[in-house]
Amino acid sequence: MDDTNAIVAEGLVKRYGDTTALDGVDLAVRAGTVLGLLGPNGAGKTTAVRVLATLIPPDAGHATVGGHDVVRRPHEVRGLIGLTGQYASVDESLTGTENLLMIGRLLGLSRPAARDRARTLLERFDLSDAAGRAAGKYSGGMRRRLDLAASLVGHPRLLYLDEPTTGLDPRSRNEVWEIVRGLVRDGVTVLLTTQYLDEADQLADEIVVIDHGRVIATGTPASLKARTGAQTVTVRPAFADQLARVRDAVGRVAAGPAVVTGEIVTAPVSDPGALAKLVRDLDEHGLTVDELALRSPSLDEVFLSLTGANS
Amino acid sequence: MTTMPLRNTATLAWRTLVQIKHNPFELIDFSVQPIMFLLLFTYVFGGAMAGSPAEYLTFALPGIIVQNLIFATMNTGIGLNTDISKGVFDRLRSLPISRFAPLAGRISADVIKQAWAIALLLGLGMVLGFRIETGPVAVLAAFGLLLVFAMSLSWLSVLVAMLASAPEKVQIFGFVVFFPITMASGAFVDPSTMPGWLEAFAEINPTTVLTDAVRGLLSGGPVAGPAIWSLVWAAGFLVVFAPLSVRAFRRRV
Repeated sequence: MDDTNAIVAEGLVKRYGDTTALDGVDLAVRAGTVLGLLGPNGAGKTTAVRVLATLIPPDAGHATVGGHDVVRRPHEVRGLIGLTGQYASVDESLTGTENLLMIGRLLGLSRPAARDRARTLLERFDLSDAAGRAAGKYSGGMRRRLDLAASLVGHPRLLYLDEPTTGLDPRSRNEVWEIVRGLVRDGVTVLLTTQYLDEADQLADEIVVIDHGRVIATGTPASLKARTGAQTVTVRPAFADQLARVRDAVGRVAAGPAVVTGEIVTAPVSDPGALAKLVRDLDEHGLTVDELALRSPSLDEVFLSLTGANS
Repeated sequence: MTTMPLRNTATLAWRTLVQIKHNPFELIDFSVQPIMFLLLFTYVFGGAMAGSPAEYLTFALPGIIVQNLIFATMNTGIGLNTDISKGVFDRLRSLPISRFAPLAGRISADVIKQAWAIALLLGLGMVLGFRIETGPVAVLAAFGLLLVFAMSLSWLSVLVAMLASAPEKVQIFGFVVFFPITMASGAFVDPSTMPGWLEAFAEINPTTVLTDAVRGLLSGGPVAGPAIWSLVWAAGFLVVFAPLSVRAFRRRV
């Protein structure tokens, strides 16, 4: 195996009855980097993580983690990885401390060592005040942090984060992102699944887009965005009677047709100077706007563009 | 990292027991319900069944203990199913620990809970007038027999847990199957008062043989026959349900 790759998967197939969750997935994650596995619900992201975490065997194909085959050497793989996310969870009826203590003991730490490790992790994740409370009473953000702490008890070299921020508010999401960046700085290899392009963009060195159990695109965030092309400009006129003229102004800089939805004008743009041009144009025509924003393509748009390009 | 099956099991048993501290309802579940049954059976049926509550208690306490024990075996499955549906099991299985430690840990913890429930019922029964006519060795033997039986039967609960989609379904299964089986037995009445076909069922019912064995060990009387049959049933449950459970366990998790 290529020793610069921490995870290598080739041709993974997993079926559940008539449903094919994975349909020949290839992946390679370089040691010390973050791979973002991006896809909508039901794309096969979680199944891929479960195979790579030795929780389920693939029906075909093979995978190695740290050079160990996930089917033949599951125990060695488990010794290297930490798993956290939507399906691998902490025990809600135990306190934060007890959850970490249990895992420390299971990993072979002595009682005092497990206690030390629990305290250190709770402090690091800002959970010291909640250490004695049942995890079931934690907020969504705190739970996710405890989940992360639980997966780090054994100092894993590889961390699997399965949709670590789904359902979190923006502040908690940023906290989780900061934690992940810190881990990567310490040399941890991360496999991240997400439904959010933004999250993959923020964290991943490389993105693999999967849909219906197949890899439909691979590349750096920048190259994927380039492939998906346009960003979208959104403008909300301050006065309703200027809507048509604002639409015309947007149309002049847009790469496609300007569309009016309610009181909002949207249009795709590809020219990097489009926004500046639009501001000048609006100003020259005496048009006032309440809101003017340029946003990256949404996941839907990325998919449309990628699946469109592939078919 | 090496596996330490016994230590892993002990840690996970600790985890199951420490949950009680945070979820007092669980304590109610396995303490208050048997107490309620004991009081109701003694004082509601006692007079009609045996002339007086105290008289009936002597007969029925072993039956109440056995019925509660059989119901409580379902807790193993309910707990396992909850762990699976909440994702705790995936976390445990992603760790380099002994593969069957999560199962063994829960079963060990449930045996401790069972011992507590037996002691509670026996203690309260004695407060209400039940008298142990034998010695400490016989009482210990009764505990041992009950716990061996419970451990074997809990494999059925594990099997149901692996097949059921939700913890509630495990509970419903337990009630629907165990309620009639434990009632159609010699636990609360003499089977000879039943219609012939039901009497025949009650006589071979594992509830009956286990209850008779416990009666013998606590109040005196024949022990060997019912105890051997109890162990035969326990062995039967183990031989049938343990392999099926392990197969279902491997398939599910």
